[in-house]
Amino acid sequence: MARVLQTFFCFYRRQSRKDGDLMTKPNAQTRVVVGMSGGVDSSVSALLLKEQGYDVIGVFMKNWDDSDDDGVCTATQDWEDVAKVAAKIGIPYYSVNFEKEYWDRVFQYFLTEYKAGRTPNPDVMCNKEIKFKAFLEYAEKLDADYIAMGHYAQKMVDTDGVAHMLRGADGNKDQTYFLSQISQEQLAKAMFPIGGMEKPHVREIAERAGLATAHKKDSTGICFIGERNFRHFLSEFLPAKAGKMMTPDGQEMGEHTGLMHYTIGQRSGLGLGGNGTSNEPWFVVGKDLAKNILYVDQGFHNPRLYATSLTATGTTFIAPNNRGNDFHCTAKFRYRQPDVGVTVHLQADGQMTVDFDEPVRAITPGQAVVLYDGDECLGGATIDHAFTHERELQYV
Amino acid sequence: MQPVYLDNAGTTPPSPAVIQAISQAEQETWGNASSTHFFGRHAKQALENARIVLANSINAQPGQIVLTSGGSESDNTAVVQTALARQHLGKHIITDQIEHKAILESMKYLETLGFDVTYLPVDETGHVAVADVAAALRDDTILVSIMYGNNEVGSRQPIAEIGELLKDHQAWFHTDAVQAYGLTDIDVVADHIDLLSTSAHKINGPKFMGFLFESDNVHFKPLIKGGDQEKKRRAGTENVPGVIGFATAVKALTPAVKAARQAQFAHFKQMIVGALQDAGIKFAVNGSLAPTELQHVLNLWLPGVPTDALLVNLDLAGFAVSGGSACTAGSLEPSHVLTAMFGSDSPRLRESIRISFGSINTGAQIQDFAEKLVQIAGKMQTKNAQVLS
Repeated sequence: MARVLQTFFCFYRRQSRKDGDLMTKPNAQTRVVVGMSGGVDSSVSALLLKEQGYDVIGVFMKNWDDSDDDGVCTATQDWEDVAKVAAKIGIPYYSVNFEKEYWDRVFQYFLTEYKAGRTPNPDVMCNKEIKFKAFLEYAEKLDADYIAMGHYAQKMVDTDGVAHMLRGADGNKDQTYFLSQISQEQLAKAMFPIGGMEKPHVREIAERAGLATAHKKDSTGICFIGERNFRHFLSEFLPAKAGKMMTPDGQEMGEHTGLMHYTIGQRSGLGLGGNGTSNEPWFVVGKDLAKNILYVDQGFHNPRLYATSLTATGTTFIAPNNRGNDFHCTAKFRYRQPDVGVTVHLQADGQMTVDFDEPVRAITPGQAVVLYDGDECLGGATIDHAFTHERELQYV
Repeated sequence: MQPVYLDNAGTTPPSPAVIQAISQAEQETWGNASSTHFFGRHAKQALENARIVLANSINAQPGQIVLTSGGSESDNTAVVQTALARQHLGKHIITDQIEHKAILESMKYLETLGFDVTYLPVDETGHVAVADVAAALRDDTILVSIMYGNNEVGSRQPIAEIGELLKDHQAWFHTDAVQAYGLTDIDVVADHIDLLSTSAHKINGPKFMGFLFESDNVHFKPLIKGGDQEKKRRAGTENVPGVIGFATAVKALTPAVKAARQAQFAHFKQMIVGALQDAGIKFAVNGSLAPTELQHVLNLWLPGVPTDALLVNLDLAGFAVSGGSACTAGSLEPSHVLTAMFGSDSPRLRESIRISFGSINTGAQIQDFAEKLVQIAGKMQTKNAQVLS
């Protein structure tokens, strides 16, 4: 971590000298609009910027209308927390409504992907379309020089003025996976004040400053679903179509409640232990959307769950790619998974093939494949298909 | 620069005289007005003196003034308690689409109890047509509630005409006069008004204070139940210092003062509108600039200028204006008033602000504000034009 920090500060200083226009501005005249969620990470981000003397404005994004739900309604509480924290820090704070943008650009994508039998990642899309787009545009209307977020990610600007994104210093919290689709222009305008810290330290700072969110529980799950039952939520928008659950050999094993309820590699919840050829638990190993069949098989390490390559679309690089069309690096296929060595083959139209150094379990269409070189997050794409030795795994 | 307050339709600062009166009353007249001992009698006397001032202000009798916690309580009482008391005479109620939420939510509640509510439309300047009221009126109509003047666009409703229309009908006539009270002379007798709501904090009085005028033919059970205060029409120990503050604010509003304010605020409106015109800013007034309207409100549509971003820019520059009511989590709800006037698809719902004037505003402040508004709106409109071209 020390090394990362050193690199970070080193580049940061260099940035200070380089980027004339913005950087000759003293902090007091540099306006930073902080996305405040009502959580401890964004609270401390705002605090740190204020302490560094920036002209800080806190803005809460209201992305989901949960006012009619009789169940969980966290936005109001979160807004109250933003108000408390901002008042304590001594910064003006506001709320902006992105419900329409979120609905159109994130939620519709989310539903479309589920309808296609895939497992979307709305957090990746939310960063790309809302936090680093709609919010950035809004902040620019407030004459912001930068936006800041409470993400565990780091930014450095090289001697050519190109912004690079590095993993958060807290390996356990690193959020670059979710930020992998943002562009150079978006990153250039972003600050991640806590990216160089470990989570316990962030909480310590919050506690020391007496921020109301110091002990607030981290949010879990997808922002608009919150703590609600996921299947129930989804059923309000998409009709679930029950169908057959089968082994790959064609043996009927019962019913599934709707293909969208299952993700490749998850326990099938069958409790079929004794019915198979062993006592091993059953896992989802494939889907046939056309026939509405869910394939299940036994064993966590079932060979049908292991892929050796994938194809992906919508490839974006955060900093311009200077590695050519074929190169070796590491990759993540889901959040908080250890990196795997891969060879990337870029193709036309943002498509790419990724060959793994070793087989990888449960590659999931719809999720992001994110590329890294050491600590740098290079960018990513959306997984379309998984293959084992050229043969496609039937995952959608 | 001191921040400039231009949200007087939201609330107003208590005047120095009001602060002084309340402060003195808190020290000298703190007794419980219902107590029979000296302290109580002293408070009771002060209370009744204040009530006379309030009654005189609308040509009512002191016994017709029921003290409440403010506009919302007055509105809730007038609507809900009337309905409950008169349901044997009918279950039909008439109101309009641009009422304050205190009225509209009360109506919604009554609908859940089986009442039939007609929500009259308004035209593009925010006015209810008397003919629409007449057409909606039925034999079983028990209440008509139409506001005196609107809080978002300043439109003044034809109260005298509606009063005339209803004077021989069984329906009681309620008007929410929270916004109009400080700017126009109200006569409940001449206008055949049965129920009228006011609020102290909109006229430089204290918050959580108001009254409901009830004419002699009005009888219903209290909304707030408990003790026998206010002739059993509103329970709860009277806020004597608050009423004294309220009466102090009312006393300052002589007909001449109200007329002068209307004229001054009309001038403020012209200053802002003129500055926008001179600078070539694209805009339209939501409502009407006619001198008959409540002049303290100027609602502007600035095409291409999102309300939320404009409000923040103005706030950061030291100008407090409003963009409609805040709903959950501090975000703005599209105005139901502008929706009624222009339809739910109108860009005005997302690109309008309300500027509202009060006794504390000066011409210099309005000039500063107009300059800032021109600067911010101009910048955003220019940027949009560049994006579009």
